[in-house]
Amino acid sequence: MSTEVGISLTVNGERVSRRVEARRHLIDFLRLDLGLMGSHAGCEHGVCGACTVRVNGLIVRGCLVLAASLDGDTVETIEGASDSGEIRDLQDAFVARNACQCGYCTPGMLLTAAELLRENAEAGSVPSRDAIREHLSGNYCRCTGYHAIVDAVEAVAKARTASSGAGKP
Amino acid sequence: MKAGSFRYERAYTLAEVFRLRREVDGDAQFLAGGQSLLASLAFRLSEPNLIIDISRIPELKGISVLPDAYLRVGALTTHRELAAHPDVRRHAPLLAEAVPLIAHAAIRNRGTIGGSLAFADAAAELPACCVALGARIIAAGPGGERTIPAASFFTGLFATAMAEDELIRAVEFPCAAPGDRGTIVELTRRSGDYAMAGLAVWAQHAASGAQTPRLVYFGVGTGPVAAAEAARALGPAPWTAQKVKAAQALLDRDLDPPADQHGGPEMKRHLARVLLARAVGKLGAEPGARAA
Amino acid sequence: MSLVIDPRSVDRPNSYIGRSIPRPNARKLVEGRGQYVDDLLLPRMVHVAFVRSPHAHARIGRIDASAALKLPGVLRIFTGHDLAPHCEPWVAVLAHLKGMKSAAQLPLPLATATWAGEAVAAVVADSRAAAEDAAAKVSIDWQMLPPVADMETALDKATPVIHAELGDNLVFERVNESGNVAEAFRSAHKVVEATFHSGRHTGVTLEPRSILAEFNKGDGTLTVHHATQAPHMMQEVLAQHLRLPLSAVRVICRDIGGSYGIKVHVYPDEVAVAVIAKIMGRPVKFVADRLESFASDIHARDHRIKGRMAVDAQGRITAFDIDDLTGIGPYSVYPRTSAVEGNQVVNLVGGPYDFPNYRAKTTVVLQNKVPTCQYRAVGHPIATAVTEGLVDLGAEAIGMDPVAFRLKNLMQDGTYPRTSPAGMRFEGLSHIKSMGLLVEMMDYRGLRAQQELLRSEGVHRGIGFASFIELTNPSPFMYGIGGARISAQDGCTVRIDPDGSVVAATGVTEQGQGTEAIIRQIVAEAVGVPIDVVRVITGDTLTTPYGGGTWACRGAGIGGEAALQAGLATKHAALQVAGAMLQAAPDALDLVLGNIVDKATGAVRMPLGELGRIVYFRGDTLPPDLPRELMQTRHFITKQYPFAFTNGVQASHLEVDVDTGLVKLLKHWCVEDCGRIINPLLVDEQVRGGVVQGIGGALFEHCTYSPEGQLTVGSMVDYLVPMAAEMPDIEVGHVETPTKESLLGAKGAGEAGTAGAPAAIMNAINNALRPHGAKVFAQPFTPERILAALGRVPKR
Repeated sequence: MSTEVGISLTVNGERVSRRVEARRHLIDFLRLDLGLMGSHAGCEHGVCGACTVRVNGLIVRGCLVLAASLDGDTVETIEGASDSGEIRDLQDAFVARNACQCGYCTPGMLLTAAELLRENAEAGSVPSRDAIREHLSGNYCRCTGYHAIVDAVEAVAKARTASSGAGKP
Repeated sequence: MKAGSFRYERAYTLAEVFRLRREVDGDAQFLAGGQSLLASLAFRLSEPNLIIDISRIPELKGISVLPDAYLRVGALTTHRELAAHPDVRRHAPLLAEAVPLIAHAAIRNRGTIGGSLAFADAAAELPACCVALGARIIAAGPGGERTIPAASFFTGLFATAMAEDELIRAVEFPCAAPGDRGTIVELTRRSGDYAMAGLAVWAQHAASGAQTPRLVYFGVGTGPVAAAEAARALGPAPWTAQKVKAAQALLDRDLDPPADQHGGPEMKRHLARVLLARAVGKLGAEPGARAA
Repeated sequence: MSLVIDPRSVDRPNSYIGRSIPRPNARKLVEGRGQYVDDLLLPRMVHVAFVRSPHAHARIGRIDASAALKLPGVLRIFTGHDLAPHCEPWVAVLAHLKGMKSAAQLPLPLATATWAGEAVAAVVADSRAAAEDAAAKVSIDWQMLPPVADMETALDKATPVIHAELGDNLVFERVNESGNVAEAFRSAHKVVEATFHSGRHTGVTLEPRSILAEFNKGDGTLTVHHATQAPHMMQEVLAQHLRLPLSAVRVICRDIGGSYGIKVHVYPDEVAVAVIAKIMGRPVKFVADRLESFASDIHARDHRIKGRMAVDAQGRITAFDIDDLTGIGPYSVYPRTSAVEGNQVVNLVGGPYDFPNYRAKTTVVLQNKVPTCQYRAVGHPIATAVTEGLVDLGAEAIGMDPVAFRLKNLMQDGTYPRTSPAGMRFEGLSHIKSMGLLVEMMDYRGLRAQQELLRSEGVHRGIGFASFIELTNPSPFMYGIGGARISAQDGCTVRIDPDGSVVAATGVTEQGQGTEAIIRQIVAEAVGVPIDVVRVITGDTLTTPYGGGTWACRGAGIGGEAALQAGLATKHAALQVAGAMLQAAPDALDLVLGNIVDKATGAVRMPLGELGRIVYFRGDTLPPDLPRELMQTRHFITKQYPFAFTNGVQASHLEVDVDTGLVKLLKHWCVEDCGRIINPLLVDEQVRGGVVQGIGGALFEHCTYSPEGQLTVGSMVDYLVPMAAEMPDIEVGHVETPTKESLLGAKGAGEAGTAGAPAAIMNAINNALRPHGAKVFAQPFTPERILAALGRVPKR
């Protein structure tokens, strides 16, 4: 029975094995053990959403997950999602509309928006502005006032639907 | 806000859980979804010797329909899974209606029904839904299992009827019968916040006709509060305006709300009255086939 | 050099000014590849956690760190007595705020803790977690003292004096008076009055306060990676108080996760980190956690204002009379001081209006609560709420539509320059035109008709307005004349490199508002190169001209002007060389999109890179006495006006649920005039962000205290910040009245949204509640307060 735990998991497609303090949350693991600084902690009590990352394909609050509990799991961060190109259109829209100002909430905001878009794509629907606001309601942004973020997500949702409707996979 | 140091062990069976717990003389906490526990550790409100990770125990997972027409929901069912499962939508639709009100997507992806009930936050939705639905909680301990009715499960602020060495194995809900219906309404400052006041209503429809509904408030006491007198005054559907008024008046007997940052006790009483009218409005005054 | 930027001309060469060009630094941020202070890892870096006072007011007895020092990873524990020999104390007063007083402050206090959350000891360990473990084990003998936690009684004889040497708890008071207020009220046709409250709240930057300080014992240099808005000011402060030469201190800012004024102040715990770094000779990092942030980031806007307004029979405002009381912390905050907010309230009430008689008093008192200081829009949201609240009451008393009443009383366009009764000098404002545009944008008539219809169905919608003024481009009249070493000037160095690319180093800084983007646009246009060959350097005291950083909306107007002038000077210098190379008069040439061209025909003569090659590598081919300075620095300071005032007007459309007190924001509009707009997209987004920040204070955010001086909202669970689901779409419109103080003509825009939003929300709520005769004046306008105004629940 130890205060340190050996874990072996996949992070952004790479297999990593580490020994971590049991108390270390996923965000600190990513930042301190793996040097992946794109995931941010804003409150460390699960409210602000800055720490949103993906575990086993679903968004979670990284500060509310113990790294120790992730043995065998898959984690994806903003770096992984950027490198894969999966959210390129969202990122482009954020840049074009200045939906990213200081950038601190942005990684969490993008991964949260990406999940909404994926779910809507699976259902063949385009989320309304209210639905976008509702889904992003757990991600605090102090800079933008949210309007530009909603614009960006809405634009991408429409564009993805349009392009899929045209027969693209 | 780094947690204090603790040991961590992952259990794969219930027997392992109880053995590990014994080894530290009970100075342990269970980790399921972690959505409440991790915050508590970060605030150093909890400083256990050992965290026992129960999130991989197969006996705590799964959703199935039991032969005695109960829907059995494993304690480790995440909120996301709960809302998406077709059996839940069919047999306990009130739960599916409640889940979107819980926090936010990232929390719902990992938070569990077992965790929510064990944590017993007075402003949480699922405990009130369990009481409204007449659920039974299956608690597992070193000595075996027992069934605790939801109505007696929540005993006070963050307190349940479970012993310290017990954990929730599953929650079982009577399958909704044709004509059974209900709804959940809540008032929050912001989407996903803990409710200033909330109400879960479930009205069964027996062969003899509509039954008196269960009215279970949350956010207005130390746990879910069944407003029995108000429910009696409301009676079975149809719910006329006079019946609603009579029920609202009797809420003062059922509720003894505390003050909190949103307002004083009078405010909670007022909101409780408003919620009653709104829940009835949502359901419609007449009985109808809403469940199945 | 006589180029004037004509805002109406879109055909001008290299036209980037006025265009909505995306920010160059946004790409790395959306990929999670920014670099914030906490991302920096230095060799042998250690971490600090602070032991903070749990008491609002207590004498610090014995500090026992023995158990803490035994924990693994713990290196040192410092108390006030350990740090005091290494740091000069500071006193945060400004000479021009007459009579202002405050006590001397050290990084860690010696004898007494004066607010719950004040750092009293510093634990240094090899990880933040280990430091926190140890901090929890430090035991302190506290001797409780009675807290001063009610500003209304702070000056009563029976109330304890927080700092005996000051004699009382009064920090500053001032009466700003003109005309004959007493007579105006005596002879008024209508007098309206109300008591307003602005709730204490805070900035909640998502990136917490962060500092990483490193002292090299080998060369005596202190390098500080700091999430600050004003690196030169911090360089100055650290040099002075740590007794280092200015040149030995370097402050570096990279990406900063939000600031809004929270990160422009000197925090004792951050100074402690620098002192510890100097003592230990290794990098020391401190990142505040969220609990610490609520208990130690500056708070702001804790005011009670009694206000009266007099109106004559023609519906003209004749006087404003206000009495403002504000409770700050136990210390005024260094170096900008905590009296500025109250001082701005008495300077700004009534600001947009034309009336002759004014009296405004502010009383600033000490409290055993978190210190307060400048936070986005400073006194403006308060002054605007008071003004616009009284204006709406006046309109109601006279029986006029609130827009009509405003149009009758606002300072008319074209009547400038003029000075307000409060003594504020306006170069040129556009209140009337702005209101006209707003009314059109929002379809005011349509909304009123709809409102009336819905009222008959029991739906309570409200429309509220807020006209406002907003100070920007501050001169030394804000801080410098008070003795503070805060720079109101700014500088930019522009350099053409051998390949024709351009580097611009500026003293204004970036925290997400787009400073780097606008400097790039300005420099590209001024020099005459494509925008993507321009690189901007900000946030480094070693490599940028001496400047003031970003605050009080000075980035575009002051930093931008310096960049413009430096860019034009660089182009001028390049054309001198080009003339020699091409045997042409420099006046007959121009630099357009990176090419030297014939000005008359536009014919390309030579790429700029060719000129660069010759200047830097083949100087032998140029006439020997030809100047060839392809690097030019210009500094700019405003000279005629203490501030470049801007103006705007906002409207809120909302619905009040009179059963629950919940407010649903349907839509929000803001028309603002910030002079010449460099990048409309960035301005719009500053306004939107500012509006939502103002809405936060109006509806949600409140740092509440118990009578014992305990902060009762300690985390983001209880402290409610605005989130996406409750916020409205915000439409922004623009009027442009450039300032003549500069070539650029730009004023500032960053704070306008916050200045007007609370007033618009308040007026809209009261408009919605009008059929019930209920009014609310105390922010935040919580459901409880609205229900209490309606008589549905008792007032608490």
